[in-house]
Amino acid sequence: MRNLLPVLVVLAAIIGIWYAAVAPMNIRVALDQAERAGVAVEPAGSLERRDTSVWRLMAANPGQISAGYALERPRLPTPQQVGQELWKTTGEMALRGRAMSKRSLIYHGWITLQSTLWGFLLGTTLGILGAVAIVYSRVVDMSLMPWAIISQTVPIVALAPMIIVLSSQLGIEGRGVPKAIISAYLCYFPVLVGMVKGLRSPAVSQLDLLKTYNASGLQAFFKLRLPASVPYLFTSLKVGIAAALVGTIVGELPTGAISGLGARILIGDQFGTPLAIWAALLAAAILAGLLVTLLDVLQRVTLKRMGMQA
Amino acid sequence: MSWLIFALVFWIGAWALNAWLANSAYAQTRAVRVLIPVLFGVTLLVLWEGVVRALGVSPVILPPPSTVVQTFANSTDILWEDFQQTVFKGALTGFVIGASAAFLTAIAIDRSAFLTRGLLPIGNFVAALPIVGIAPILVSWFGFDWQSKAAVVVVMVFFPILVNTVQGLRETDAMQRDLMRTYAAGYWQMLVKLRLPAAMPFIFNGLKIATTLALIGAIVAEYFGSPTRGMGFRISTGVGSLSIDLVWAEIAVAALAGTAFYGIVTWIEKRVTFWHPSQRG
Repeated sequence: MRNLLPVLVVLAAIIGIWYAAVAPMNIRVALDQAERAGVAVEPAGSLERRDTSVWRLMAANPGQISAGYALERPRLPTPQQVGQELWKTTGEMALRGRAMSKRSLIYHGWITLQSTLWGFLLGTTLGILGAVAIVYSRVVDMSLMPWAIISQTVPIVALAPMIIVLSSQLGIEGRGVPKAIISAYLCYFPVLVGMVKGLRSPAVSQLDLLKTYNASGLQAFFKLRLPASVPYLFTSLKVGIAAALVGTIVGELPTGAISGLGARILIGDQFGTPLAIWAALLAAAILAGLLVTLLDVLQRVTLKRMGMQA
Repeated sequence: MSWLIFALVFWIGAWALNAWLANSAYAQTRAVRVLIPVLFGVTLLVLWEGVVRALGVSPVILPPPSTVVQTFANSTDILWEDFQQTVFKGALTGFVIGASAAFLTAIAIDRSAFLTRGLLPIGNFVAALPIVGIAPILVSWFGFDWQSKAAVVVVMVFFPILVNTVQGLRETDAMQRDLMRTYAAGYWQMLVKLRLPAAMPFIFNGLKIATTLALIGAIVAEYFGSPTRGMGFRISTGVGSLSIDLVWAEIAVAALAGTAFYGIVTWIEKRVTFWHPSQRG
């Protein structure tokens, strides 16, 4: 709570800068539109204006600056316009009972969320299994760990179109599976690293104590190593779910996707509707925030129940 | 069928060799530590080659590694041109601009505890967002050439580096700062001689995260329009025209570039933060 005021001030500053930037960004478009509508602008003709700086344009046509804040296809929309577009494609449609219509961002967000969660599940499972194998087997540790690190330096987006082609050739319908694979690829690594750290976190004296209790290896795993790794697990899950969402959106960007927030961005780009792109971006940001917050709450509740954090 | 059997036998043989090496007396020597992962990687390639040949998978779907290597050797000029466009002009320029901007911003806001408290949560949040999505917007702002790719990279690397640098600058403890004060050190002396060196492990952490992001940003931005060269351009057109072997060659270049980029930053980190516990031993 101590941070609330500073955060709000910084947020207000960012929004202020955003509003201020809208005028120079949009003045050319605004002047073009005004000229077509028959208003005299200085200098006339968009070719002449191209060589004039935006500041001089704003000084010469002070009356047109405000028009830049209400364009239908702005280069930079105002935060208010983005918010309105987001409300129009989510809340308003939901109120009219069309929340799952193909034009609604709720529908596209749901598609993205599904792939994200499947990818998250797959990536987390792989990460945890990999971590267990690494902790218990030296061969796996020495052969797998370097490749796990290298796998993260490989730009997965280069592979994304290939994964989509491959899975469609293998007869997998739809894009859910390839998207989930891409997000699992991005999400397994933080989980793997966090779990290796967590599973190795019990001290030798604790492991020795279990040995004096004549505990089997399996018991040592379930009663000591696994509980000890839970705080590490949650920290990496929060990183992992954000990475999974990035992976899904990247998987929706290249060629041909029609549903999902990434596809909305692509379609908005192709049809020249910047407001749709910005609304989809904002929706993705909100989705990311919700997912991370949800895991954060889960972390607090679980750790409190386990008596690890007051 | 013989290919499949060969691949399986190779797999089992390599695994047995690795298992023996890892538990042998030589396990801690440098050569073995390198040999084991290399053997693992070669096994994966042999399995890929064996499965593709044995099952007669069409090269349009998944070419065997040997074909990819051939294509790689035959089209080095195209690959080099794309590499220059995407990695040097797009990713590296953006990385340098973004990292410098983040670094200077971090030092500027660090003087105000209020700003730091306000910016850290926001920076952490933004660093977790799918920022790649702004690629089409920036491409429409800065045009199709490398400038727009560099702009996407700048935005993508900015926040991870900013957050890490700000966190790193808070790493010194009161005792160390008091010692500097007894030496009558001013703000800038304290920054250069104590706080920046102490922040280096964090800064390099951010830089390492940013290396991958830079390549991702540069490649994704090319999906939204680029001149007729560049790795992202070649990949998206290659998928359309079914020259899949060239796409895999580009992927190999991307993988090598990403690993090399990361490796270089890690190498510099080792030289700069040699005193840190994680680098010793």
